[in-house]
Amino acid sequence: MSILVDSETKVVCQGFTGSQGTLHSEQAIAYGTQLVGGVTPGKGGSSHLDRPVFDTVAEAVAETGATVSVIYVPARFCKDSILEAIDAGIELIVAITEGIPTLDMLIVKDRLDTLGARLIGPNCPGVITPGECKIGIMPGDIHLPGKVGVVSRSGTLTYEAVKQTTDKGFGQSTCVGIGGDPIPGTHFCDVLELFEADPATEAIVLVGEIGGTAEEEAAAFIADNVTKPVVAYIAGVTAPPGKRMGHAGAIIAGGKGTAAEKYEALDAAGVKTVKSLAEIGDALGEVTGWP
Amino acid sequence: MNLHEYQAKGLFADYGLPVSKGIAAGTADEAAAAAEELGGEKWVCKVQVHAGGRGKAGGVRLVDDIDGVRAFADEWLGRRLVTAQTDAEGQPVGKVFVEEAATIDRELYLGAVVDRASRRVVVMASTEGGVEIEQVAAETPEKILRAAIDPAAGPQPFQGRAMAFALGLDGKQVNQFADIFVNLVRLFHDLDCSLVEVNPLVVTGDGDVHCLDAKVNIDNNALYRQPTLAALRDPSQEDEREAQADEFGLNYVALDGNIGCMVNGAGLAMGTMDLVKLHGGNPANFLDVGGGATEEAVAEAFKIILSDDAVKAVLINIFGGIVSCRIIADGIIAAVRQVGVEVPVVVRFEGNNAAAGLKALEQSGLDIATAASLEDAATQAVAAAGAAPEEAAPAEQAAPAEEGP
Repeated sequence: MSILVDSETKVVCQGFTGSQGTLHSEQAIAYGTQLVGGVTPGKGGSSHLDRPVFDTVAEAVAETGATVSVIYVPARFCKDSILEAIDAGIELIVAITEGIPTLDMLIVKDRLDTLGARLIGPNCPGVITPGECKIGIMPGDIHLPGKVGVVSRSGTLTYEAVKQTTDKGFGQSTCVGIGGDPIPGTHFCDVLELFEADPATEAIVLVGEIGGTAEEEAAAFIADNVTKPVVAYIAGVTAPPGKRMGHAGAIIAGGKGTAAEKYEALDAAGVKTVKSLAEIGDALGEVTGWP
Repeated sequence: MNLHEYQAKGLFADYGLPVSKGIAAGTADEAAAAAEELGGEKWVCKVQVHAGGRGKAGGVRLVDDIDGVRAFADEWLGRRLVTAQTDAEGQPVGKVFVEEAATIDRELYLGAVVDRASRRVVVMASTEGGVEIEQVAAETPEKILRAAIDPAAGPQPFQGRAMAFALGLDGKQVNQFADIFVNLVRLFHDLDCSLVEVNPLVVTGDGDVHCLDAKVNIDNNALYRQPTLAALRDPSQEDEREAQADEFGLNYVALDGNIGCMVNGAGLAMGTMDLVKLHGGNPANFLDVGGGATEEAVAEAFKIILSDDAVKAVLINIFGGIVSCRIIADGIIAAVRQVGVEVPVVVRFEGNNAAAGLKALEQSGLDIATAASLEDAATQAVAAAGAAPEEAAPAEQAAPAEEGP
């Protein structure tokens, strides 16, 4: 078991024939992901990486039975691509693209909620169920099939957390990068709910960062709904206020969104928090009793 | 991206928002001519910088003769204004804005932000005009009125009227306010804003609702489709190193420590700064070299980090995902040779080809220390930088309230 994706998941790639789409589709296929085709408007009927290319997502869905789409198109086309995927009935959309205008995401999020589709990202590494399905830009070889669910706003911090759980031998059930934008398609709480319900997930790692209140909302959700042990790390204790720290969503605004507030909320919710990102693996061992 | 008040007011006028007539001037002569052209007997002169708190810092003055306008411009142009929201250096003053003076009966607050929690553009208003909205939110949150905008339907006049009544406006003011409400949100949407603020929004002596100040921030990610706004950028108001980094696709933020940090990924870059601090050091900067971390990017990153004289050591922390640490090692070696790095450099690699990358660094003959782990890297960097200097008081920068209180 796992959440969101597994060995049965059929994926199409939007922006399939572009450089990013090609590079990461090759790696996904090599990992064993059922990448069944791609979409590049105007190249329908051709073939790329031994997979069929379609003009529209709707055609790709009709021909391949795909339920998941991964998006590598440039930011200025991304709203259109996500809305096309929603319109075609895709259940899970994974948008890797960074730099989508925030107001575009307000429209996208409204459509997602209205029509019941799920978006992971944008501005994220993607989602992986180790040994089964890799969708996104994360390196496959640091993962190990296992029992820790990882959810994170940051790409490379996810890799750090994953590496530590692999080195300890715990492995991961599924890893979800929800992305560093102010308006993500999926929030911590959505993923926590899935991990709580997933029998394969025995413990959860939550990696947050400054900006917004998603970690505070996660803390409240954990207090009320999560029975599995949770280890949390928040990046940006030393970040100055009013400065955007790389991610569009990583900013302390009007004195709000500090790491201290987030740690406080998570501690109060009974979450095991670590101040050093090097201690995530050890803390997991501590809260679970795993050797 | 931030705009100057005079630029924001130009946009306000385009959207039918009531603003005073004003002219921006780059010289004292221009300022005097502007006052002549505007006519009247009183003018408000305001320095144009990307920071709030101008009034308290002496950057706003009501004058009643042309010589006073000239004197204000003479005094400020070419100088720097230090306010509660700037650093100790302040912001350079390249323009002063000369404006017709308005009479003020009441001061209100009106603003719009993208509210992350509700995923809506939210308009906020308050009877506490002229005060920072964060302060109102902290002390008297019940005085902030809110209206969420439906992304599909857009702003509706009834929302504006409800807010107007709640603010105690009456008569013609109600519809004036409703128009301002609708037009402000239209502007917000059309121009891809991240923040629009009118503080204060005033009721004039004649009983009209009027925008006395204007603050507009634009979503950088949308500048590609806002070419006329992109042209309004004022590089003089930006941190030089941050602007330079931006040109090379690097994200850099200056801090006041002495350990330069070069990291791939924004989250890991923050995490590395935090780790340095945990080990008793002080990070000199945030720097995300991006996923690729090419030789060119690494070389530029070194140049930017080392342009800060406070830097006594550099910590490079790379988690090789798709990109191989072996390739990044070559980039570091070439960059160290090219730039002539004279401070200790500590490198930690993890992930893709980390061992081969570290070996290449060790065999390069350059003075680059390699670290076995995150903790080791932080410890070595802190030791290399020497005893941490006395901690400078953190700059009290009031943050712009881009995401609302």
